[in-house]
Amino acid sequence: MTTPILSARNIEKSFGQVRAMQGASFDVDEGEIVALIGDNGAGKSTLTKILSGVLQPDSGEILIDGKPVHFDSPLDARTHGIETVYQDLSLAVDLNAVQNLYLGREISAPGLMGRLGFLDKKLMRRRAQESFTRLGVRVPDLRAAVANFSGGQRQGIAVARALMWAQRVVFMDEPTAALGVAQTRNVLDLIRRVRDNGISVVLISHSMPDVLAVSDRVTVLRHGRRVATYATGAVTSDELVAAMTGALEREGASA
Amino acid sequence: MTVDTASDNTTTKDQPSMLHDALPRKPLIRRLLDGPELMIFGSLIIIIAIFTVMAPAAFLSGINLRNMAIEASMMMILAVGMTYVIIASGIDLSVGAVLVFSSVASLIAMRATGSDASWVPVLGLVVSLASGALWGLVNGLLIARARLTPLIVTLASMGIALGLARLMTGGVDLTGVPRSIVTSIGIGRLGGLPVIVLIACVFTAIAGIALHMTRFGLYTYAVGSNEQGARRAGIKVDRHIVSIYVISGVCAGLAGYLTLARFSSTTISGHAMDNLKAITAVVLGGASLFGGVGSMYGTAAGVFIPVVLASGLIIVGLPSFWQEVAVGIVLLAAVLLDQYRRRSRSS
Ligand SMILES: Nc1ncnc2c1ncn2[C@@H]1O[C@H](COP(=O)(O)OP(=O)(O)OP(=O)(O)O)[C@@H](O)[C@H]1O
Ligand SMILES: [Mg+2]
Repeated sequence: MTTPILSARNIEKSFGQVRAMQGASFDVDEGEIVALIGDNGAGKSTLTKILSGVLQPDSGEILIDGKPVHFDSPLDARTHGIETVYQDLSLAVDLNAVQNLYLGREISAPGLMGRLGFLDKKLMRRRAQESFTRLGVRVPDLRAAVANFSGGQRQGIAVARALMWAQRVVFMDEPTAALGVAQTRNVLDLIRRVRDNGISVVLISHSMPDVLAVSDRVTVLRHGRRVATYATGAVTSDELVAAMTGALEREGASA
Repeated sequence: MTVDTASDNTTTKDQPSMLHDALPRKPLIRRLLDGPELMIFGSLIIIIAIFTVMAPAAFLSGINLRNMAIEASMMMILAVGMTYVIIASGIDLSVGAVLVFSSVASLIAMRATGSDASWVPVLGLVVSLASGALWGLVNGLLIARARLTPLIVTLASMGIALGLARLMTGGVDLTGVPRSIVTSIGIGRLGGLPVIVLIACVFTAIAGIALHMTRFGLYTYAVGSNEQGARRAGIKVDRHIVSIYVISGVCAGLAGYLTLARFSSTTISGHAMDNLKAITAVVLGGASLFGGVGSMYGTAAGVFIPVVLASGLIIVGLPSFWQEVAVGIVLLAAVLLDQYRRRSRSS
C-alpha cells in the first residue's frame, strides 16, 4: 500500500455551536479520482476548505506524503500543488476571465516596469487563451467582466483556473451544479483527462450516476465524520445512499 | 470538449472549440450600460456645449475656465482617494475633516518654526501629508483589522478630526501661511496654467495609471468585487484595505496643503460637504457603491459636472441653486443605472 499524497486525520472544526467536523479523516492517493459525498451539511465544503488552507481546523492533522503540514492560508495549500474549485466559485465577478485566472499570480511586465507593479497583460491573455482552448472551456469574451456570463460559463472559468494551476490535487466542490447534461459530461471527461495526467481529483457531487461514472473511490461523510470508503466498481448507488443517510454505519471499509 | 451552456451548435466532441466564434454583437444600449463613463462624458460634453452656445464669451473666458479648473482640481484630489476607496467597496466620510485637520497641523508646524527659510514649506507639506496618512491608517486599521463598517468608522473619525482641528485653533481660522507657498502654488502659474491645476493633473494621472495598469489597482478591484475570493486567491486583503484608506488620507492631506496655499489661511468651516461632493463625483463617474466598478477618468468627468453646472448657471443668469437640484438628479440617474446594470446581469 502506498502513502496517500494528501490525508486528513481526525479533523475537528466547530462554528460556534455547530460541530461541522467531528473527527473526519480522508485520503487522496496519487493519480486517482475520489468522490466525496454526503447529505447537505455533512461537512464536505468545510473539509474542502480545511484542506485548501481557507479554514484552520480546531484539531487534527493534515499530512502530505505522510508528513504533517500546516496550512495557515490558501497560499500554503497552493505551494503544495493543491487547487480548489469552491462551491461559490470564488470569482471576482467584476474582473474578466484572464484576470480571474491569474488573480494573485499575475505575470509582471519585464524589467523596471514590472518592479513598479505593471503587468504583462498580453502574455497573460495569450496563456489564458491557450489554457481555455486546451481545457475546452468556452469564454464568450476574454475582456468582459465575468458578471456578464451565465452560471455555467462562470463554472467553466473556475474549473479552468483550478486545473491550470494544479500540480497534485484539485478539489472540485460541486463543479457541475450549474451545468446541463452535455456540459456536465464534458467536465467529467476533463476530470478523467486531468487524472490521466497524474493529478488527483476530489470530486464533490450530489449526483450518484456522475460519481459512479467517473470516480475510482468514493468516501462518504456524515455528520462531519467519514462513515465509509468504497472502491467505485464494488458499490451500488443504493449502498451509497444508505451510507449517506445513516442506514448503514461503517468506517474504513476501504478498498 | 466544451463547457458552455449554449453549445448546441458545437457538437464535435474531443475537439477544442474556437473561443470567439460566437461573439455576439453588443447592442448600443448594452455597451453604454457596460461603460457608464461614456455616458457621463457625453453628459459633460452636452452641458459644456449648451453653456458655450448660450454664453460663449463669458463661459469660455480665460478667467472662468481657470476658476472652473481650479475648483475641479481641488475636488479631484479628494476624489482620487475616494475612487480607490469606493472601488474597494468602502466609503470615506472623513476626507473633508482630515483636509481641515492636516492644513491646521501643517500651518501650526510652519508657524512654530518662526522662520522664513525655504525648507519651511517642505516641512508644512510633510506634516500635512503625514497627518492625512495617519488618519487614513487609523480608519484603515479599524475597518480591516477591527472589522468595523467604513461608514461608522469614518463618520467617527470625521467628528474627531474636525473637533481636534477646532481645539488646536480655538475655532478661529489661522493665518500666516508662508508667502512663498501662496505665490508659487496658490496663485502661481506655469506656462500659463495654474500650478494647482498642474499638480492635480499629474497626481490624477499617476493615481489613474496605478489604478488601471498595476497589480495594486487590480487588487483594489478584486477586493471590492469579492473580498473572500481575493483572500482565497492569496491577496493580503487586510493590508490592501489599510493602504487604500491611507491613500485617501494622503489625498486629503495634499488637498489641505493646497487649500492653505490657495486661501493663505486655514478654512475650518469650508469643507463640511467635501466628503459628499467627492462621493458624488466618484458615483457620477460610474463607480458602484457595491464595489468592484469605477475608473479614474470617469471620476474626472464626475468632478467636472457640478463645477461646470455651478459656473454655467450663474453665467446664463439662473439661480445657482439649480446646480444642486441638477446634480442630485444626475446622481440619482447614475445610481439607478448601476442598480439596473446589476439586475440585468445573469446570476
Ligand atoms: N462559516 C460557517 N459558519 C457557521 N456554520 C457553518 C459555516 N460553514 C459551515 N457551517 C455549518 O457546518 C456544517 C457543514 O457545512 P458544509 O458546508 O461543510 O456542508 P456540505 O456537506 O458542503 O453541504 P452542501 O451539500 O449543502 O454543500 C453545516 O451545518 C453548516 O451549517
Ligand atoms: Mg458544500
